[in-house]
Amino acid sequence: MAETLLDKVWRLHTVRELPSGQTQLFIGLHLIHEVTSPQAFLMLRELGLKVRFPNRTFATIDHIVPTDSQARPFADWLAEQMTVALVKNCQDFGITLFDLGSGRQGIVHVIGPELGLTQPGMTIACGDSHTSTHGAFGALAFGIGTSQVRDVLATQCLAMSKPKLRRIVVEGTLPRGVYAKDVILAIIRRLGVKGGVGYAYEYAGSTIVAMTMEERMTLCNMTIEGGARIGYVNPDRTTFEYLRGRPFAPQGEAFERAVQWWQQIASDPGATYDDEVHFDAATLQPMVTWGITPGQSVGVTEPIPEPEEVPEAERAAYWEALDFMSFRPGQRLIGTPIDVAFIGSCTNSRLSDLRVAAEIVRGRKVARGVRALVVPGSEAVARAAEAEGLHEIFQDAGFEWRKPGCSMCLGMNPDRLRGREICASSSNRNFKGRQGSPTGRTLLMSPAMVAAAAIAGHVVDVREVLR
Amino acid sequence: MTSAIIREITGRGIPLPGDDIDTDRIIPGRFLRCVTFEGLEAHVFADDRQQNPDHPFNQEKYLGASLLIVGRNFGCGSSREHAPQALMRWGIRGIIGESFAEIFFANCTAIGVPCVTVSAEDARWLREVVAAHPEMELRLNLEAMTVHAGDRQLAAHMPEGARRQFLEGTWNSTFVLLEAGEAIERTAAQLPYVTGF
Ligand code: SF4
Repeated sequence: MAETLLDKVWRLHTVRELPSGQTQLFIGLHLIHEVTSPQAFLMLRELGLKVRFPNRTFATIDHIVPTDSQARPFADWLAEQMTVALVKNCQDFGITLFDLGSGRQGIVHVIGPELGLTQPGMTIACGDSHTSTHGAFGALAFGIGTSQVRDVLATQCLAMSKPKLRRIVVEGTLPRGVYAKDVILAIIRRLGVKGGVGYAYEYAGSTIVAMTMEERMTLCNMTIEGGARIGYVNPDRTTFEYLRGRPFAPQGEAFERAVQWWQQIASDPGATYDDEVHFDAATLQPMVTWGITPGQSVGVTEPIPEPEEVPEAERAAYWEALDFMSFRPGQRLIGTPIDVAFIGSCTNSRLSDLRVAAEIVRGRKVARGVRALVVPGSEAVARAAEAEGLHEIFQDAGFEWRKPGCSMCLGMNPDRLRGREICASSSNRNFKGRQGSPTGRTLLMSPAMVAAAAIAGHVVDVREVLR
Repeated sequence: MTSAIIREITGRGIPLPGDDIDTDRIIPGRFLRCVTFEGLEAHVFADDRQQNPDHPFNQEKYLGASLLIVGRNFGCGSSREHAPQALMRWGIRGIIGESFAEIFFANCTAIGVPCVTVSAEDARWLREVVAAHPEMELRLNLEAMTVHAGDRQLAAHMPEGARRQFLEGTWNSTFVLLEAGEAIERTAAQLPYVTGF
């Protein structure tokens, strides 16, 4: 019988059916960071348990690291304490840590793929909701909480219920100035921020097949913003070529055998899905959010919807968002002044994102009064970008070139919005207070759109700049 | 750390208006700078409470409530268990709402806080009735899957797997998973990427 990738990977990782009716699922790769792991290690110590498969867990530090000076001890004593805890836990339990300055540190969802840890056919868990990113490789990757981190450490397993599967088909060529970020924002707008609850998303169609791995990561990254915990793309030549030669990928003949297996893992033609939706790439435009959920977005030339266009059930949330953002129904976002431009986060901080943004800022200047920063996703990204001179393009334009970390995506480190500042951001969440100021406002968009906004000082249609 | 059987939760309610309440709002990011969950209850809804003096978690009449009544897609966003931990440490023992985000639901289950759904209409009614009668005792029963409020009984829903974890006292899954014993290693040994292709 024709099976989907979800069916196959689920079956291969099933240890047993649990009395509750859930599945005990083996976790092939476990990634941890400093924010959601210390309590899990504490519970493990209290129970007197060991880490069952220490060589299947890898750690890095990303959320709380400062991005200006990374000299230890950190100025923030709490951040320092969390770092010390992570280092000690990794030492005590025999876990590999990609620490600051190791050349391999970075945002957990950036380094997993770039080190070749993330591979097709795996189950991947991490105490972070954007673990869905790794689905770009044809893995079942999902975010978990701290108690579940404890479960994976202690047993390398999770108790899970198999989700339903929705196939999201995107066909056609993306217009110039429209990127993977715009595709996923458009998907979330149509299907809603809770449309994916209970589902995994399989992304398919010619647009997806034509995407690079970095674009697929951007797409899968924001799956959770649409309510689905898992989003994946079937592995193909693009996937295999990306993985070839990466430090933790199989090498030599083993790589060829791996490719054979990875090919078999993809969904079979004729497999059935619980639901299917279609998008036409040619009709998409650069997207911008106007509200406080990632579903509250418009094409950059479109007006914010009028209240009567919003379903009754969403109207309270609509008014709450407009009130928080100080926008009006029917308003267009082009021309909205910005205070901050942030290029970074696990959604859009990879080399290709920085290249696109650098192309737009080259030879131009950041508008007066705009604070602009670029935070590369990892030490490897920073190295590669610097080798190409991208940092100089950004710095010449007036951007700050920072050290890798999550930074202003969630403002746990000193990089934060102040007061009611408006930020053009390449990150993934525009929740109230997300960027570190309780009243700060976030406009989500592609890195190209952020770069263009930084130069103009207000929201612009990047297609005009590219023309 | 065996987990207790949870059949029923009784107590007063606290209604929380709004949909799509994300975990950044339940516990803002800056409070995640910690290595234990201790004391998180002090910061539950910190920014919302500061911006809105009438926020339910600021109102004395709801102090001591154990059942939180919410709307649609509650707990969306970040996977931070700090959010359910903050609510639980504040005193919340169960959550009743229209719908929940998946990771939040799983996190609540893992720490023994059942989340059940009721119809949109019932969720609205429940919020209104609790706001009008904060002293009213509510009863969430996981065997019958009902919520009792005054003389009304509402139908509640929860995925069967999670429900059984509460009724059987297996919501803390570490020990259940450990029971699989060597079957874990056997599964691993069949995965080509574990054995090195
Ligand atoms: S970059 Fe942002 S979304 Fe990604 S892991 Fe870091 S904090 Fe989370």
